[in-house]
Amino acid sequence: MQSLGTRRVNHQNDAVAVAVAGAASTLPLYRSAPPLEVRLEDFEAFAVDRLRVLKAISDGLSRGKKPEEMKNLVDELLKTHMSHPKPSEAVNKDVISHFVLRLVYCRTEDLRKWFLSMETTLFRYRFKRESAEAQRALMADFNLPYKAVNTAEFESVKDKLGQVARSIGQPLLTADAIFYKVPFEDVPELVAGRRVYIHRGNAYVAMNQVVSLVVTQFRSFLSKALILTNRKWTSSIKEQEKDRLTPIVEVLSTSYLGPDYSQPRESAEISLKDIDHLAKSSFPLCMRHLYDKLKEDHHLKHGGRMQLGLFLKGVGLKLDDALAFWRAEFSQKVGAERFEKEYAYNIRHNYGREGKRTDYTPFSCQKVISSTPGVGDHHGCPFRHFSEENLRAALGGMGVGNRGMDDIIDKVRNRHYQVACTLTFEAVHGSSCDAGINHPNQYFIDSQKILQSKNQPTT
Amino acid sequence: MNQEEAENCREDMEIDGNEPEMPAQRHADIIPDGFNANYLKAYYGKVFPHSDIFKWMCYGHDGKHPGCDPTYLSRREFSFTLDNDIYLRFQSYTSAYELESSIKEKCPFKIDIGPVYSVNPAKRHAYAQTGDNVFTPVERELIFDVDITDYDDVRFCCSGADICLDCWPLMTVAIKVIDTALRDDFGFNHILWVYSGRRGVHCWVCDGKARRLSNEQRAAITDYFRVYKGNENSNKKVSLVGPVLHPFLARSYTDVLRDFFEGKVLLNQNILSTEEKYEKILEMIPDESVAAELRGKWQEKRKAKDDINVVRWEQLKSLLHSGKFKHIQGLRRCIEEIIFSFTYPRLDMEVSKHMNHLLKAPFCVHPKTGRVCVPIDPNNCEEFDPTAVPTLSQATSARTQHERFES
Repeated sequence: MQSLGTRRVNHQNDAVAVAVAGAASTLPLYRSAPPLEVRLEDFEAFAVDRLRVLKAISDGLSRGKKPEEMKNLVDELLKTHMSHPKPSEAVNKDVISHFVLRLVYCRTEDLRKWFLSMETTLFRYRFKRESAEAQRALMADFNLPYKAVNTAEFESVKDKLGQVARSIGQPLLTADAIFYKVPFEDVPELVAGRRVYIHRGNAYVAMNQVVSLVVTQFRSFLSKALILTNRKWTSSIKEQEKDRLTPIVEVLSTSYLGPDYSQPRESAEISLKDIDHLAKSSFPLCMRHLYDKLKEDHHLKHGGRMQLGLFLKGVGLKLDDALAFWRAEFSQKVGAERFEKEYAYNIRHNYGREGKRTDYTPFSCQKVISSTPGVGDHHGCPFRHFSEENLRAALGGMGVGNRGMDDIIDKVRNRHYQVACTLTFEAVHGSSCDAGINHPNQYFIDSQKILQSKNQPTT
Repeated sequence: MNQEEAENCREDMEIDGNEPEMPAQRHADIIPDGFNANYLKAYYGKVFPHSDIFKWMCYGHDGKHPGCDPTYLSRREFSFTLDNDIYLRFQSYTSAYELESSIKEKCPFKIDIGPVYSVNPAKRHAYAQTGDNVFTPVERELIFDVDITDYDDVRFCCSGADICLDCWPLMTVAIKVIDTALRDDFGFNHILWVYSGRRGVHCWVCDGKARRLSNEQRAAITDYFRVYKGNENSNKKVSLVGPVLHPFLARSYTDVLRDFFEGKVLLNQNILSTEEKYEKILEMIPDESVAAELRGKWQEKRKAKDDINVVRWEQLKSLLHSGKFKHIQGLRRCIEEIIFSFTYPRLDMEVSKHMNHLLKAPFCVHPKTGRVCVPIDPNNCEEFDPTAVPTLSQATSARTQHERFES
């Protein structure tokens, strides 16, 4: 997307201009980078505005906002950050900002995953806002080959379709309801949520679920495009643009995702003997629970080992101390020999000393909340998974008083798990936490900050 | 060993179970039960169905048909666990002879089968992690692993690695529910169920469509099957929301789960017989007044004609159906939730979701029990008895007897 002449190309081939019934859609599909001229200031400014939108979407998701709330949020965000009195200017900004952010977010697996997730969510809500004709046209534009179910077949599966609709709280089927017959592989989200009737490999997708089909295509396309962009970036763009675009691109990614706590700060080293004390004073509930269970059972399953192990790495526990820590607990249950054989390798793997030597990053709240513990597991977010009774007991164990408790439980009931954790932090430390908790390591660092400042000798 | 002998030997393994009295046992015949490394060699020499495994893994790419991909087998990963816990990954073979020789020579305690990669796994270091020339899985059977220890909170006859004929039926139920869904809902046809050798079952879905599923699609199928969510910290681990069940769950309930629960589980596990046990059920009822009423009834020591579990279950059902508590939220599906908790299949999600997950090969011998990992016919899975599965010594000695008879 270099400056290729001053011609403002009509990239309406990119945004689907639907002639059907005059329903115009300005939802771009970002198929190809438009040959537009962009001023350097706009390059950064447009990207920053879009990033505000994506970051806010990310926050909304991790706070467990319901679909209705997310829809309103997206409407708000687009109005605030991405609008322009002239519609064609708004579309330009939309497209340009997307492609700039592709450069920013193509460069590592984590960045790509995040960007893909947020852009797909944004696309989903924008698609849902479109009229039915516009949606049908967009579907056609994706070249989706699905056929609507004919009347005869509809009669034969009507009961099952009705059953599915009722099971997911949808209104009763009308006689003229349109369903598409789609290979189940093409609608993984709907299959996973048991939101469709499946028979002999075909899923029966309702008109209002069509969004899932389109979103899957969008996501798949963008995922491939990001890989290609990364290749081009690494092979040519980064070097060519080292004095112009590259510095901007590199700053943009770190400033908005927040630190990932993969490299503990130099001063933040903890040793083996500190852990027990720190667990009681500065661990967030999720890690405290894992730690307590580890001490009790002298064992944790894989999910728990990952979540707690990476957290400790982020907190500053060195590899040798980590090995000693896990060995001390596990050998009480499985013996030192089995520990070395079956568990030590994975700990070294987490620190990037084995295998493909990836240095794994500690889990953010979003990741912790989205993992679901199964039988015998203790990871995941306790605010999400504990029963109210168990949660009250656990919070009491952390020192939360009765008054604070009710506020926290209220937040949990409304599925605002991170807010609940923030209130817990405030109750335990007796001070406010304005930024809100987004990452277990952030909880730890903020906690230590407060405790250390309390320990300063008063003169 | 030729094809015919392989067929015969498999029949031997299914029928053989009770050795007739052998008066003058020669020293070599006295084979200890359970697992024995020496007899593993004999097993791989005479019993293990090398050529069938080879034929399966080739999926037709055996070099004898036009349009064969000669590299197909060599791109499949095998991994061996040897004695002393030495673990060999990324083994690959280009012919039946190579595969068979390697197994006979190395005598692995366990053979795992991995995915088919984009290139021969033995040469993976020559390829990049990203970009065009990538080393990555391209095909892999859709697999499932059901382990009975995941049901420890609902079985009282055994725990941990033990199994018995009272709790094994949980595996039968898992097979029926999952197998039906794989065929009727997803349209798969080539499905192999295998006894894991100790306490569970594995499922291999081998259709081409299944082998080419992406990780995301595998995760979607696994989530479709998932009902049980939770651990000891949550009270209710099965939550069936909505006024009706999805057709898949409804079919599983009416065709398999309900009868199994009321016919077998209630009695075999005595789940309502003592206070400690029935409290666990009462915990699953979301309304305390309902639970309290039942508790009141059950605390009376009554002499019942019928089995106490059946009596109490009927009381629970009629109370919940009586309309007395119709207005209370969350009670609607309570009975189904209880039944699902005790019977619905619990899959190991991680095994199914990733293409690169290794799974033990059929016909391996389990090192802890000595039992052979034999296939299970899903149409007759009720007849399967894990305590009668041939052991290493039985299978090998049967073969030895067979040979002696022949010569």
